[in-house]
Amino acid sequence: MTSRYDVIVIGAGHNGLVNAAYLARAGLKVLVLEQREIVGGATVTEELFPGYKYSVFSYVVSILRPEIIQDLELPRHGLTLLPLPSTLTPLPNGDYLYRDDDHYHTLREIGRHSPHDAEAYEEYGHAMYFMAKAIKPILRMVPSDPSSLDPRELKRLADLGSHFLGIGEDNLHTLIKLMTMSSADFLDEWFDTEPLKATMAASGIIGTFMGPRSPGTAYVLLHHYMGEIDGVYRAWGFAKGGTGGLAEAIASSARSFGAEIRTDSPVVAVVTRGNKATGVALEDGTELNAKRVVSSLDPRRTFLDLVPADLLPSEFVADIQRFRFRGSSGKVNLALDAAPEFTCWPGNGPHLRGAISISPSIDYLERAYDQAKYGEFSHRPFIDIVIPSMIDPDMAPPGKHVMSCFVQYAPYELAEGDWETRREEFGDAVIDTLSEYIPNLKDILLHRQVLTPLDIERITGLSEGNIFQGELDLSQLFFLRPAAGYANYRTPIRGYYQCGSGTHPGGGITGAPGRLAALEILRDLGL
Amino acid sequence: MPIPTPFHSRTSELNQTKEWREWSGYWSAATYQHTHEREYFAIRNSAALIDVSPLFKYDIVGPQAAAVVDRIVPRDITRCRIGQILYSPWCDDDGKVVDDGTVWRLAEDRFRVTAADASLRWFQDCGAGFEAEVVDVSHSIAALALQGPNARKILLELGGAEGLIDLPYYHLTQGEIGGAAVTITRTGYTGDLGYELWMDSADALEVWDRIVLAGADYGLLPAGLAALDVARIEAGLLLIEVDYISSLKALTESRKSSPFELGLGWTVALDAGEFVGRRALLDQAARGSEWSLVGLEVAWSDLDRLYAAFDLAPQVAGRASRDPAPVYVGQRQIGQATSMTFSPMLKTYLALATLERGYADLGQTVELEMTVEYQRTRVPARVSRKPFYNPAHKRS
Repeated sequence: MTSRYDVIVIGAGHNGLVNAAYLARAGLKVLVLEQREIVGGATVTEELFPGYKYSVFSYVVSILRPEIIQDLELPRHGLTLLPLPSTLTPLPNGDYLYRDDDHYHTLREIGRHSPHDAEAYEEYGHAMYFMAKAIKPILRMVPSDPSSLDPRELKRLADLGSHFLGIGEDNLHTLIKLMTMSSADFLDEWFDTEPLKATMAASGIIGTFMGPRSPGTAYVLLHHYMGEIDGVYRAWGFAKGGTGGLAEAIASSARSFGAEIRTDSPVVAVVTRGNKATGVALEDGTELNAKRVVSSLDPRRTFLDLVPADLLPSEFVADIQRFRFRGSSGKVNLALDAAPEFTCWPGNGPHLRGAISISPSIDYLERAYDQAKYGEFSHRPFIDIVIPSMIDPDMAPPGKHVMSCFVQYAPYELAEGDWETRREEFGDAVIDTLSEYIPNLKDILLHRQVLTPLDIERITGLSEGNIFQGELDLSQLFFLRPAAGYANYRTPIRGYYQCGSGTHPGGGITGAPGRLAALEILRDLGL
Repeated sequence: MPIPTPFHSRTSELNQTKEWREWSGYWSAATYQHTHEREYFAIRNSAALIDVSPLFKYDIVGPQAAAVVDRIVPRDITRCRIGQILYSPWCDDDGKVVDDGTVWRLAEDRFRVTAADASLRWFQDCGAGFEAEVVDVSHSIAALALQGPNARKILLELGGAEGLIDLPYYHLTQGEIGGAAVTITRTGYTGDLGYELWMDSADALEVWDRIVLAGADYGLLPAGLAALDVARIEAGLLLIEVDYISSLKALTESRKSSPFELGLGWTVALDAGEFVGRRALLDQAARGSEWSLVGLEVAWSDLDRLYAAFDLAPQVAGRASRDPAPVYVGQRQIGQATSMTFSPMLKTYLALATLERGYADLGQTVELEMTVEYQRTRVPARVSRKPFYNPAHKRS
């Protein structure tokens, strides 16, 4: 006999764990089922080379919601967020652009490239403060459904409308530009310096299959700013122990509230009776009953893989089939025998303790995209690097280092050949690109792990290797995430919910979908 | 004008901000880098090196040294074994706290006491008539705090000292670094794993250089007082002249505090023989104290709400504040917060506060005054357990 749970959560990624923790905290009997042997989903730390710990997939904590840190008491469960205060953009000509939390130093450094841009940078920061502040409430809001006549939905919509009218005319104009423009065009209105524009634009393309000149990318820039308006709170940073440290903290919190977490337990189907979810079936044939089932998997898996299609309205199925994943990035993790030596800034220094961005110009990024558009990985890709061992010395043996390289673009489907045969070629392109800036890289390289979108999909289950469980594009956000009418974490099946990054407010380590879904479930239960 | 500590030639080279504070007449780095944040996280995440030479240090030596120390502090010194260290306040005849520090038993007849204020005369007076001598070694002994989870690894890298790997919390051992004799105490003012190293001032630079070299691969950074201040509030540790006033310096009776009022009742051994202030404290123990020094925690969500009312995102200083603020329940002021900081580890706003008895129980909700947009407002705060941050590795 299997015991009966109030809720079964499928997937122990950070959103599944946040969801489970909130539900358990409210007194429900919760079981989390994870296919892998470790919790975390795409937020895992693994020692793949002895002594060297990789944040295998996600590598920085972006905008983990303060209310989640507080409600789940994550610091008491071991979460430590370390600052990542600088960004270095090395340039092919041996120069660089460096920005950090030393305000005047950053302005002088930008001023070295363009005095005009240094002043614009301050104004830009000021404008973005208001943009982030305008967007912030939306992150804690359940999306309203504009087509619904339900008074609660209408009130939400009205609240949203008055919120936007209240931010002021100038800010509203900037916001509309952000919603509609490409990041290159948006940043062109402010700046001249190529590496500055490109590095900022890069945060607008991460996880999308778009280039910096594609309309709609400007909006994603905002996500970058979100964590910064809360000043000392610093939700943006590096989790001690790697991103797996964060997953462990959430799991520990969930357990402290009574949730049970089972690893090595892949779910193959949601069991239904009539139009109601009643439990799940595991790969080994076990069936587990629960009053409610929550999927933290992406929309494709949640709806097309786990439940019978005949329980879903056909237009909804069509919406989910059209939901764009289009994985566009890979990950290369390196173990290094010594600190990398940059041509532009030799020796050890603060530049190694922050983000390092291979994004010398908008053209560079757009060219990288051009190749991907036609089914080839970028031979000179955008690379977002952090060296976790510089920030948290426990990530590698003393004096040794691990280097995390997020690489874009790597299309899920290649026009020529396949990822099985071209994986190492992709890894070589990354190493060759990096070697142009770090000449000693090949000499200090001890081990490398190359992850293509296909590998990301195979290991984590993220469809097409999309790190956000579906592109962060305006057409796939808010009440359209993942489909019109089903953005409020409910599904066409009674008792079946969704809580992953494929729901509002989307990807990145925010935990917000997991929390908002839990609050909706509790509301349905009258708790 | 402040004077340099024995480490000044190193610290001044490293102090990029040129921001110094005066600590007992010495130059003391406030923050080496443009923000103290990195130094703070070195304390919590890797290791930090802090020049604590300005502490006052006294050796009490002689056949009756134990009796003198027993007279000075309210703790039971007969239970302090050789190699052990006790934290203690000490009081005047009225049972009001004069100062606080650590008491080390170096030998049967030899103690060292560290103090925040100059205490030679006080200790000599307490020891009058006993067969023991009080020697001021404040200037001849240089001191470094090596604090943080990697502190032990760095010391072991240096060869360290006998018994270092198992040295228990609040114990000491003797060692050698770069040929210099160093006393290593497992003490500190950060609430983290940490050690303090005490050496002849002439050896100071040699020891500093060796530690910096050994610490390079362990994330060691020099840290200043700004970072230390955040850490010590998280650890719930008091600061003289900020959280309490020495009874020798207080201008009014009401500014004086007993150990009970400072939450240090656990240091008072009323039944273990005579010590300065015992009779007054017996009296107070029977009566109960009127005040209580407690920890207050302000949730981020409450700060968020407070600032949102002014159409602002929360703006809290990254540094600790020593500007006292009143604490209320309803219309009544029931005490004051004396040290405040945002905790980068716990992500809440913390305060050390002295509250009236009756409002100081764990979980009690009070209101802390905060100034937002030039307006005095109040934010809810809860009486919380101290230390706020208390990692297992502190004692492991």
